[in-house]
Amino acid sequence: MLYLELLIQGIVQGSIYALIALGLTLVYGLLRILHVAHAALFTLGGYIGVIVTNQSGSLVFAMFVAAILVGLVGMAIYKLAYEPLLNQPPFIALIASIALFIASEELFRIGFGPYGISYASQPLTGHLELFAGFRLKYAEILVIGMSIIILSILAYLSVNTRIGVAWRASVTDPSMARAFGVNIQNVRYMNFFIGSALAAIAGVLVALLNNFVEPTMGSVASYKALAIIVLGGLGNIRGTLLASMLLGVIEAFGTIYIGHLIDRDALAFGFLIIVLMIRPQGLLGVK
Amino acid sequence: MAYEITLMTTIAISILFALSLNFISGFCGQISLGHAAFLGTGAYTSALMTKASIPFLITLPVSALTAGILGFVIGLTSLRVRHDFLAITTMGAGFLFVGIIRQQDFFGGEIGISGIPATGLGRIGFMSLCLALAAAFALFSILIRGSWMGFVFSSIADNEDVTRILGINASAYKLIAFVIGTATAGVAGALYAHHFRFIGPDSFGFVESISVLAMVIVGGIGSVAGIVFSAALLSVMPLLFQFIDDYKLLLYSALLFAMMRFSPDGLAGLCVRTYRKLTGARA
Repeated sequence: MLYLELLIQGIVQGSIYALIALGLTLVYGLLRILHVAHAALFTLGGYIGVIVTNQSGSLVFAMFVAAILVGLVGMAIYKLAYEPLLNQPPFIALIASIALFIASEELFRIGFGPYGISYASQPLTGHLELFAGFRLKYAEILVIGMSIIILSILAYLSVNTRIGVAWRASVTDPSMARAFGVNIQNVRYMNFFIGSALAAIAGVLVALLNNFVEPTMGSVASYKALAIIVLGGLGNIRGTLLASMLLGVIEAFGTIYIGHLIDRDALAFGFLIIVLMIRPQGLLGVK
Repeated sequence: MAYEITLMTTIAISILFALSLNFISGFCGQISLGHAAFLGTGAYTSALMTKASIPFLITLPVSALTAGILGFVIGLTSLRVRHDFLAITTMGAGFLFVGIIRQQDFFGGEIGISGIPATGLGRIGFMSLCLALAAAFALFSILIRGSWMGFVFSSIADNEDVTRILGINASAYKLIAFVIGTATAGVAGALYAHHFRFIGPDSFGFVESISVLAMVIVGGIGSVAGIVFSAALLSVMPLLFQFIDDYKLLLYSALLFAMMRFSPDGLAGLCVRTYRKLTGARA
């Protein structure tokens, strides 16, 4: 029973990781930028989710508002911060991104207070009794369900629509895509919009699970999401999803069984280093 | 006077630490996001030794040795990965270091090690030692940069594949850069531990790794003079900004961002461009 519970916990955590890391890996695939500030958008999504839910009383509405607003912020970040740095060595954009991330954490702290905020009345508090004492919280079901639905829709769109094909073409070979008449600029904007919106949804879901948002909720997520996209083989979407799930499950079990030796966050990076030593291109990366 | 001595010591340690990263990232082009782990290795080695009443000066070379050995191991693993993978691997090594330290009672766990004994050199003596070590390493850096080894480093930074085609064992040189850089960071760590007399896992976390990388990049990656200046500036900046206490980190990160956005080659690049503009010379 403990195994099953840990497994479910791992899958819930893995779904959250997947939603965050997917945006990150899309940015990397397209621009070769390690977008640390992505986690700030995750935090922003959480805050907007809680505030809008408290004001309007509707979680669904709040999730839409968070996704759209944060998507727009993501596009603005690309336009103002990354576009001028595309011709610089990659670490310049990385440091700029880290600076942006620290600055936004500070802004959250100054704007909303250091102690975080909660839902006025937490939505979806019940749970489903599956069998003999085994429970699944509604919020957990929502997290797993939403991730599966959103990722499936995205996968479908990227294969079956013009813009999806243009998007994949730009990731594979930007200059060739441009030669075939793809507007790279629009693809990048869309990329940032979708990636940031996913991070915002992840933020709202985490806020729901914990009934709490705080200025630093993105910090662990940001570095761990980097580990995940590297694990998956940078820019590789399937690898990213696999790595998210694996990491979620490994953390859930590792915290119980070897938590006294190294802490939870170090576990993720230990796993990362071991995998990279065996497969330097990541789990599903191509050399 | 006491305040100035403390300030000078802090600056000297920052300069030594920043220059040690510059050896790896600036000269050899290997971006490290976990350099604070080596500062930590040196600090813990030295602190545990002096607490066992071994004289401070003996702990200095030992700290360099332990940090250098760890650097050699991390360097070996880093040979397998490049560029962004390397950045993330070193970041992982940093998190692993903190994660392990945090859980071991031997290292004081979450609480850290306090009551580290004085060095016995006196405040001024200790400050002079720090300044002398920083100056010596700056000089060493400049010498190396002009030597054959320095050319190999910058050629690796430029294009590693071409370096290999020229018949140079790039892996060996990358390891040398790693070992020298991390051993020096270990010395800086020993000084750090005996300057603040308290160390804990949070002193060597990701933020510390980023601030030292910021010093190197703001100074102008590879430029010794630029880094000495920026390390001094950035390490006193939090003290200068004390009056805006609550907005300190916000201002710091905003400056860092502005630097990357408008002058990616750092203060050194900014100075060169300003000079050219003033004298009307063409680049």
